[in-house]
Amino acid sequence: MLDYDVKYLKFKTYLNTYCPHCNKSFNVKEREHDHLMFKGVFKGQDMVLKLSPYLDVFEVESSVEVNTGEILDDLLCPGCKQSLVDTDTTCGECGSAVAKITISAYSKLLPFFICLKHGCEWHGLTKADERTIKLKIPRQEMPEQDQRLRGHNFLEVPYGLTTELTQLEAGRCLQCTNPKCVNGCPVNVDIPEFIRQIRAEDYVQAAKVIKQHNILPAVCGRVCPQEEQCEAHCVLGIKDNPVAIGNLERFVADWAMKTDSIKVPVIHKKLNKKVAVIGSGPGGITVAGDLLQLGYTVTVFEALHEPGGVLVYGIPEFRLPKSIVHSEIDYLRKLGCKIELNTVIGTAITIDELINEYDAVYIGVGAGLPVFMNIEGENLCNIFSSNEYLTRINLMKAYRFPEYDTPKPEGSHVVVVGGGNVAMDSARNALRCGSSEVTIVYRRSRKELPAREEEVRHAMEEGIKFKLLTNPVRFIGNDISWVKGVECVSMELGEPDADGRRKPVPIKDSNFVIDTDMVIIAIGTGPSPLIFNTTPNLARNRWGYIEVNPETMETSIPGVYAGGDIVTGSATVISAMGAGRIAANAIHKKLSGE
Amino acid sequence: MYEILSKEEMADSSIIRLDIHAPMIAKKAKPGQFVIIRVNEQGERIPLTIADCNAFSGVITIIFQIVGKTTALLRGYKAGDYIKDVVGPLGKPAEIEKVGTAIVVGGGTGIAILHHITKAIKDAGNHVIGILGARTKDLIIMEEQMDNLCDEMMITTDDGSYGTQGFVTDALKKYLDERPDIKLVYAIGPIIMMKNVCKLTKQYGIETKVSLNPIMIDGTGMCGGCRVSVAGKTQFCCVDGPDFDGHKVDFDELEKRNSMYLKREKDALLFSIR
Repeated sequence: MLDYDVKYLKFKTYLNTYCPHCNKSFNVKEREHDHLMFKGVFKGQDMVLKLSPYLDVFEVESSVEVNTGEILDDLLCPGCKQSLVDTDTTCGECGSAVAKITISAYSKLLPFFICLKHGCEWHGLTKADERTIKLKIPRQEMPEQDQRLRGHNFLEVPYGLTTELTQLEAGRCLQCTNPKCVNGCPVNVDIPEFIRQIRAEDYVQAAKVIKQHNILPAVCGRVCPQEEQCEAHCVLGIKDNPVAIGNLERFVADWAMKTDSIKVPVIHKKLNKKVAVIGSGPGGITVAGDLLQLGYTVTVFEALHEPGGVLVYGIPEFRLPKSIVHSEIDYLRKLGCKIELNTVIGTAITIDELINEYDAVYIGVGAGLPVFMNIEGENLCNIFSSNEYLTRINLMKAYRFPEYDTPKPEGSHVVVVGGGNVAMDSARNALRCGSSEVTIVYRRSRKELPAREEEVRHAMEEGIKFKLLTNPVRFIGNDISWVKGVECVSMELGEPDADGRRKPVPIKDSNFVIDTDMVIIAIGTGPSPLIFNTTPNLARNRWGYIEVNPETMETSIPGVYAGGDIVTGSATVISAMGAGRIAANAIHKKLSGE
Repeated sequence: MYEILSKEEMADSSIIRLDIHAPMIAKKAKPGQFVIIRVNEQGERIPLTIADCNAFSGVITIIFQIVGKTTALLRGYKAGDYIKDVVGPLGKPAEIEKVGTAIVVGGGTGIAILHHITKAIKDAGNHVIGILGARTKDLIIMEEQMDNLCDEMMITTDDGSYGTQGFVTDALKKYLDERPDIKLVYAIGPIIMMKNVCKLTKQYGIETKVSLNPIMIDGTGMCGGCRVSVAGKTQFCCVDGPDFDGHKVDFDELEKRNSMYLKREKDALLFSIR
């Protein structure tokens, strides 16, 4: 007896079915509709049975009516007329007899069972076979804007999965009892559960499941490096490609946003405690969101004129549409968050003043100070930090100059120095701003590029050139001090350093000049001195970042917490959110006295 | 939104003074600090040094010359109108101590900023000599206010229509020659004026401070657009300045960087007219 080894087929897929005796196909095309045709016997009478190839519709053509709950006597192949009933197996749901047919899935023939009781939806493969089939559904590719067109507009590059693709992709999940993906997520989203809800086509519930742990699903579905986090832990990834968790998350978040179906939770318990959050980036939003839902009064302070931090000034429109950030911020406001724009903490209000007024303070200001190379000619005109360039384009909307007042930096051949995501963003922005040639200069090789594989691929597809193992040594200016060239030196990889990355070493006498009329330097950022200038007692590590207790994110000043880039140095959106989550829990624990 | 409480057109309507209601900034602002304003949703962010502030009434004063699109737009604003964003105070406050006798040199709109710093220099107990300069008589602003603050004052105009004919450097040289007790010079004005003042005071070995006004976006150290070379090292004017040791500043580089968008400024203005 196979019995409970047969599992209900959880994913919808088109079945190609065959008779196990004569190998004739049951699939019939009838007026544009596909059916599986069988010969049935009920109460001694012959009849024709029709099943949809997705096994969700069951039709009987006979003079005798079959009611729900009644069991067919027999099921025959209309070709060879042999019985399909399998005597070794019974239905796992109702114990009735089952028919056994053959299906072909990914060039493999597998036995497939259908319960003969009308109304019983129990049909499927043996557990072992189901696993093979799921492995065989390939990872669904994200539809993307044409690579020749997208270099000329600021519209989002990936379109998002369709409902069909989402269902197929969600079907690949094995629903592990001990899911590894959740551990890979810095905010521990219940990934198997939200995928289960997708399969049940309850996208709103799926969105709710994500939102419980992650206040910014539409953002994270787009910009998280899933390949290093949840997807890196997916069991399917061992033999095949992992489930596209990020793309599924994005689908669910977009669905919820489009249908406006996520209602703001009513907060019943109001605590008489106030928390100040400095910085409205992803970390600050997470702390604020978590604490608001616990009943705290939260005020977020933002130095710029728009909330969102790096999400609005740094990440470009074509990677993260600003309308999405706005609606996520709206959600936060609806939760009751007060956002004070144009308020610079450190000068307008000091940390000490915040400590006096609030029960806890969270510093999530990011690492905003751009790092320069400190080489000759770096202050020539038309040489920008990536921060300045991206801020002009994204926050100030310079790409719409002169409709917007901020001038757009322009160059026909742009050189971008650096190999991270910010370098890719800068290069792709420059291309969209009308530069005819954009070259990325990076001192290590392709393998060491710190940017996400997807970003590198997108950049390459769009025609951005990569000058690898190359390092600038000097910028050359023209007679009016505008940059006209970058002198570079070729590099080779030497011994691995402390991080395990091979150290690039300049090759002697390999200098050459790249002609350019605009340079963007994207080699990283450091901590801004603003807060430290007026808070000298805030302990910092040897790189100048804030020192915290990693379990609580509390700084050397009691009641003052910090997280994100200002603690770790430049990292990702989600790691800042993870730090925010830890801090929010610690703040709650301390203030509620638990 | 920040309300404009009063407006005054000065010097042939080429210079505007606005009093803006910004209590949080007014409470904290110190001489030498600046604000960044954005007039409307499409606006750019421009830095303007705070010319005066009153913590009690919550008012800050900004005085600026009409040079680009934003300042041209502001000219059309009147009392009761609102400015979209005002953020500050930004930058390090001027570090002022009692040195004895100090000369403050102001040119054009620079006089407005100088006024706030002169207050602080005077309050520190110094004997203050003021030298104000402009192209012509009409462009001299805030003469009365400065006169009230300074113990001695001298005015120069390029065309001789008011005060002494000549440049501020001519007047400064005279003082430096005659008065060996001068310990500090504070110069604020056009880049070329600050450059020449520094060149002169260097010969006398007198400490000279200048207040720079490069192109900025955020004003919080984030963009690096305002970088200036001071003693051969790159400094961010918004967080390391805006006041620097004038003898160490690379004025030529600053002048070139400040002219980066001249053509674009014109485009923006033309667009708004059309």
